[in-house]
Amino acid sequence: MKYESQKVARLYFIAALGLFTGQILFGLIMGLQYVIGDFMFPAIPFNVARMVHTNLLIVWLLFGFMGAAYYLIPEESETELWSPKLAIVLFWVFLVAGALTILGYLLVPYARLAEMTGNDLLPTMGREFLEQPLLTKIGIVIVALGFVFNVGMTVLRGRKTVISSILMIGLIGLAVMFLFSFYNPENLVRDKFYWWWVVHLWVEGVWELILGSLLAFVLIKVTGVDREVIEKWLYMIVAMALITGILGTGHHYFWIGAPEYWQWLGSVFSAMEPIPFFMMTLFAFNMVNKRRREHPNRAAILWAMGTGVMAFLGAGVWGFLHTLAPVNYYTHGTQLTAAHGHMAFYGAYAMVVMCIISYAMPLMRGRIANSNRSQVAEMWGFWLMTVSMVFITLFLTAAGVVQVWLQRYTDTPMPFMVVQDKIAIFFWLRELAGVFFLGGLGVYLWSFFIGTDAEAARDNAKVLAKVNSKATEESTQETARA
Amino acid sequence: MNETFTKAMARNIFYGGSLFFILVFLGLTYHTEKVLPERDHRENITEQVTLGKKVWEENNCIGCHTLLGEGAYFAPELGNVYKRFGGSKEAIMAFIKYRPVDGIEGRRSMPQFNLSDEELEALAEFLKWTSEINTSNWPPNIQG
Repeated sequence: MKYESQKVARLYFIAALGLFTGQILFGLIMGLQYVIGDFMFPAIPFNVARMVHTNLLIVWLLFGFMGAAYYLIPEESETELWSPKLAIVLFWVFLVAGALTILGYLLVPYARLAEMTGNDLLPTMGREFLEQPLLTKIGIVIVALGFVFNVGMTVLRGRKTVISSILMIGLIGLAVMFLFSFYNPENLVRDKFYWWWVVHLWVEGVWELILGSLLAFVLIKVTGVDREVIEKWLYMIVAMALITGILGTGHHYFWIGAPEYWQWLGSVFSAMEPIPFFMMTLFAFNMVNKRRREHPNRAAILWAMGTGVMAFLGAGVWGFLHTLAPVNYYTHGTQLTAAHGHMAFYGAYAMVVMCIISYAMPLMRGRIANSNRSQVAEMWGFWLMTVSMVFITLFLTAAGVVQVWLQRYTDTPMPFMVVQDKIAIFFWLRELAGVFFLGGLGVYLWSFFIGTDAEAARDNAKVLAKVNSKATEESTQETARA
Repeated sequence: MNETFTKAMARNIFYGGSLFFILVFLGLTYHTEKVLPERDHRENITEQVTLGKKVWEENNCIGCHTLLGEGAYFAPELGNVYKRFGGSKEAIMAFIKYRPVDGIEGRRSMPQFNLSDEELEALAEFLKWTSEINTSNWPPNIQG
């Protein structure tokens, strides 16, 4: 860590991981409600649990992105953060507002919450992922503006790099596209059309810019590969992300009342959406292969390679699986969508946030990397969570395929609830995989508390000494040969 | 990526390509807006339908159901529920009205929202209007 102000990232990362834990707990509650329908009813009905699950996801990723930016921007810009104090104030504003919102979801009926928070003034609530009360939405805008201003001023004051520009474009895009959450026409078709300008243009648009720049930053640091090479890759990845992703929005316009030409347009462009993720995988593996130094933080390297692979599988392959209009006609809004959503969010966004945390957290704690023992635990966490997520995805996919068959494709389609009973076994298996995921998360969190600074210093020195002695050996051999 | 392909070229593809597709997307959006009225039958959006959408939103129905395939996958699709219930608004209203407060043991249960008769009627009108949107023949069958 080169700049004192980078330290504010730590607060953000801790909050992110806390909220992540909450997200997983509510995921388990919902998973159980899928098979034991009245579990916690009527105290926490499914819709409330789901809102908490998905809203916590969004908020913890936003905390992660902000923390990442506060860490990365000063180092890229080679200057202290414009105002660390503002970053800390906004942190508490966001955390308190987020916590109050979640409590609101849990403690009062949603309709009452809508009434209390002025939904009559400007109705924006009750739309998937954008359920936040008006007050919270305004709060998010204020926090986002303050945040973009703070990191923007830092960038303007210092060195401008490709990584920081792409990250800034991503963050500004995130803030601007969120404004569409305030637009809620009374016409459902138009409501849905522009709703995707937030939801799709976030996760399959500007967030990919954030993802790419975070990955590029960590790869430069841990591999020592030339910045020029990495930046060229970054440009190509984000270029492909937007070229395919913008018109790829069309794959959400198939059945909501929009004209039919979106069917082939959406199919063609979203079929290309895996390309940037495939490039990310190639990128990560290539850079790690070409590395010029051994970094003692092997866990961070694992996260970097993992996010490429899992994002490609989840966002790319599982997305493609049901993106073509003739296929989507049968699979739209089934468990296949849920399968894709789970692996895509984990692989692309959850993992990249954990990647930057893995790289930056030890540095903020005054170590190059954590001790061996701690890294081993972290990697156990990585594998447990990742493998569990693969199984969650596979079970949901199986559930989805059977659902499509029984409810949509056969000559004698069965009612939704009948089909849900028939696929209960897959929901049980998914819940079991979810429990393993929670275990993995526990191990991951536990890894932060393992090992002292002294232990970390000793282990890191060992790695560096080994690398140096190897380098010396090689150069001696070369001299001898000469 | 070899030496003849420079960083500047990559940068131009990023900025040029993105700008181009943003413009195409905006153009298509404009066109979609022009032809939507024939598909969404907006002339039938009455005050009741508008209130119905608000009731739909303020009770977070999307948190369990899908509507035109979007939402949660916990409860049935409602974009065509009007047709599934035999074109009966009364059936929809009765279903919502008589949900047991404590749910049904072991089953997925819909909460009792205590909607007024006016709200119930509006919600049913909203679902009826939704079922008349031209969705390119989706869902594939009446089961949603």
